[in-house]
Amino acid sequence: MDQIGFLEPRPAVLARRREIVADLLDLLPEGCLVHEPRELVPFETDAFVSYRRVPLAVALPETTAQVAAVLKYCHRYGVPVVPRGAGTSLSGGAIPQEDAVVVGLSKMARILEVDFANRTATVQAGVTNLAISDAVTADGYFYAPDPSSQLACTIGGNIGMNSGGAHCLKYGVTTNNLLGVKLVLIDGTIVELGGKALDAGGLDLLGVVCGGEGQLGIVTEATVRLIARPEGARPVLFGFDSSEEAGACVADVIGSGIIPVAIEFMDKPAIEICEAFAGAGYPMDVEALLIVEVEGSEAEMDAMLASIIEIARRHGVKVVKESQSATEAALIWKGRKSAFGATGRIADYICMDGTVPLGQLPHVLRGTAEIVEKYGLRVANVFHAGDGNMHPLILFNANDPEDAARAEAAGNDILKLCVDAGGCLTGEHGVGIEKRDLMRHQYADVDLAQQMAVRAAFDPQWLLNPSKVFPLEGRPAA
Amino acid sequence: MTPIHEPLSEEAAARLVQVAALSRTPLAIRGGGTRGLAAAPDGAETLSTRGLAGIVAYNPAEMTMTARAGTPLEVVEAALAEKRQMLAFEPCDLRGALGSSGIPTIGGVFATNASGPRRFVAGAARDSLLGVRFVNGRGEVVKAGGRVMKNVTGLDLVKLLAGSHGALALMTEVTFRLLPVPETATTIVVSGLNDAEAAAAMATAMAMSVEVSGAAHLPESVRGRFAGGALPDGTATVLRLEGLAASVAVRSQKLAASMARFGAVTHLDAETTARLWREIRDVAPYADGTPRPLWRVSIAPTAGHQLVAALRLEAGVDAFYDWQGGLVWLRMEADPEAALLRRYVKAVGGGHATLLRARPEVLAATAVFEPQAEAVAALSARVKASFDPAGLFVSRMVG
Repeated sequence: MDQIGFLEPRPAVLARRREIVADLLDLLPEGCLVHEPRELVPFETDAFVSYRRVPLAVALPETTAQVAAVLKYCHRYGVPVVPRGAGTSLSGGAIPQEDAVVVGLSKMARILEVDFANRTATVQAGVTNLAISDAVTADGYFYAPDPSSQLACTIGGNIGMNSGGAHCLKYGVTTNNLLGVKLVLIDGTIVELGGKALDAGGLDLLGVVCGGEGQLGIVTEATVRLIARPEGARPVLFGFDSSEEAGACVADVIGSGIIPVAIEFMDKPAIEICEAFAGAGYPMDVEALLIVEVEGSEAEMDAMLASIIEIARRHGVKVVKESQSATEAALIWKGRKSAFGATGRIADYICMDGTVPLGQLPHVLRGTAEIVEKYGLRVANVFHAGDGNMHPLILFNANDPEDAARAEAAGNDILKLCVDAGGCLTGEHGVGIEKRDLMRHQYADVDLAQQMAVRAAFDPQWLLNPSKVFPLEGRPAA
Repeated sequence: MTPIHEPLSEEAAARLVQVAALSRTPLAIRGGGTRGLAAAPDGAETLSTRGLAGIVAYNPAEMTMTARAGTPLEVVEAALAEKRQMLAFEPCDLRGALGSSGIPTIGGVFATNASGPRRFVAGAARDSLLGVRFVNGRGEVVKAGGRVMKNVTGLDLVKLLAGSHGALALMTEVTFRLLPVPETATTIVVSGLNDAEAAAAMATAMAMSVEVSGAAHLPESVRGRFAGGALPDGTATVLRLEGLAASVAVRSQKLAASMARFGAVTHLDAETTARLWREIRDVAPYADGTPRPLWRVSIAPTAGHQLVAALRLEAGVDAFYDWQGGLVWLRMEADPEAALLRRYVKAVGGGHATLLRARPEVLAATAVFEPQAEAVAALSARVKASFDPAGLFVSRMVG
């Protein structure tokens, strides 16, 4: 399975490989440059493992000034740069290329300041998502976006991809929780965007840097919002006889004025896979399962759940199961958050990430089943239903190239279905290389040209993460 | 009198921009004309969204609406009220404070990122904006974003356009997310705190898991101008709670118990709460019919009162605070004191100050938007050029 193309390596860069390595060794402290071929292998891919490219070198700077020095050098000599956090991208956002210097932020992993009175944390970009919440939890706060990879993924990567998570329904995604960044531009200029104030003056450059997939600059520090941790949280399981009923129930709950923190959806194959893995106590005799989580004091949660249960009954809910203890609640989430890993134990899979308007959920679920059946494959659906962000897991056998090609084709058809239903290609994983060649299905040429013009305003030579996001054909001459 | 163009369709707007590009005629984009900042400079023509009006799609179950940019805000809000939904960010109506007329438009709300009290917990206008159609300076019709809540497909041009004050493009259509109107709301009033004590009380409230959705401090000089004088004597530090009645009752008890150690606590009913926060949103005390300079300062919450204390030693100034202290409304007695104010904003940790009101000649001579660091200004100018290479759209914010 190697159908997605990369840019041809620049011969002039490959030819200067030895000099480039020598120069970078001069720019960086000892132990901050990886350049031995064997040691470069771990950096050849990310969580989108079907594609691999060994980079020219990997810089692991310790300071913003070192990041700036490396970028300034690469800019001067026309060397592509691929930023890297923890390498957990599901869309290939961190996969390098043969002529690129990877700039990894793993050595910049300090929490610089926690300011409870202003409810902010300022951290280096290599800090993991979960480490922020861990640092403030004893004081009653947390950082809200919670991608499933939060144990490993970094805040710099989260900003690059504008990551989401299960609890975004109430608290928003990364862009809604990001106040400021220190950003190194490709020419080595260091700029600060935003800060502890809620609004930055001028154009919202922070807004476009977030989700810029490493094409606009490298974030080295970030200031994020902290939120007071709710008094309690309680997930409840709702089992339905059909996906349609579950989908309609989601729309009604959202429309009723109750905003749960999370509404997660699993279909029967997903329920079976997760239950076998986690023993979470999911009901097995239903076709669709919702995990609805509410937060607050006991009295508040009781009131909210009573309203939600009433709505679910109107939609013929078959099973309602409240977690009776913290252990049970943790198990319910363990089952859900391990969905990808548990699926990986029984088959290879690719995970789609299209988002659709809530009213289209039943239609798109039906269409997904038809597409997968047409290709002779299986699918498990497990996703963030409250915001319409679908994650069909298409199961296949990676050892069979034809099966793999069929899975990729089915995935493309599903994403087109999402776009045609009024949605988009990716809700939280990013375009990367994975969805790059589908961009023209969602955007007209003029729309993409405007995005590429903005990209060029930051990086006129297209050196930063250049094989990603925009189809390789039809790019402006750099 | 400069010409005012009011295209009746997106295509007509695009043609108009193409023609202006050929003749190199600068265009000043205008929504409802309520801000007074869009006054066209010499030689520029005004491009109004007034002819681009109407709700295109409203889907209450999905909590999204699509409307043409020139749709009056009141039309949008009336449609939402029928379904008990709202814009989460509480767009402000500054006509009273600015002494301007005109009908605020939904495009203008997003172009100015106009956000009220709930902004500090629920996000600004930019956080609610899901998709945009616009005409760039090349006269091309472009779309960005979409109509779903989660979308990371390509660069987020939607954020760039929100708050761009007409510098980048003419927005023709906006799609935005909605929230249900809370079942009820109440306000806890803590009386008699000075500015610094109020900052501490608000930080304490925000550290609690009670979901405060409004936190403002109203010093003695302005307190009487709110809620028809219904607030108790002394300064008023006000904290709003919203949601299901049962939940609000529980949270309000908890919050009141905690605030009692700061000062005397009283409660406001839902009706007074609605009025009070509308007046805070619209800067009611400074809707005083004067041209005295009015500033909007965005700053770290705990720095707000430090800024005002420093300014008081050197200038005649009156102020009140929203967003837990992070939004300071400042009225200068005489001169805008732009340099002094911006120096102190930097000194207390940085932020930005926008001059919204002053005598016309003062407004023309002052940098109304916060000047930016050189590298950021240069980058912003390049971003503007990527939308508007000929610099057709006049702007006081960029370039």
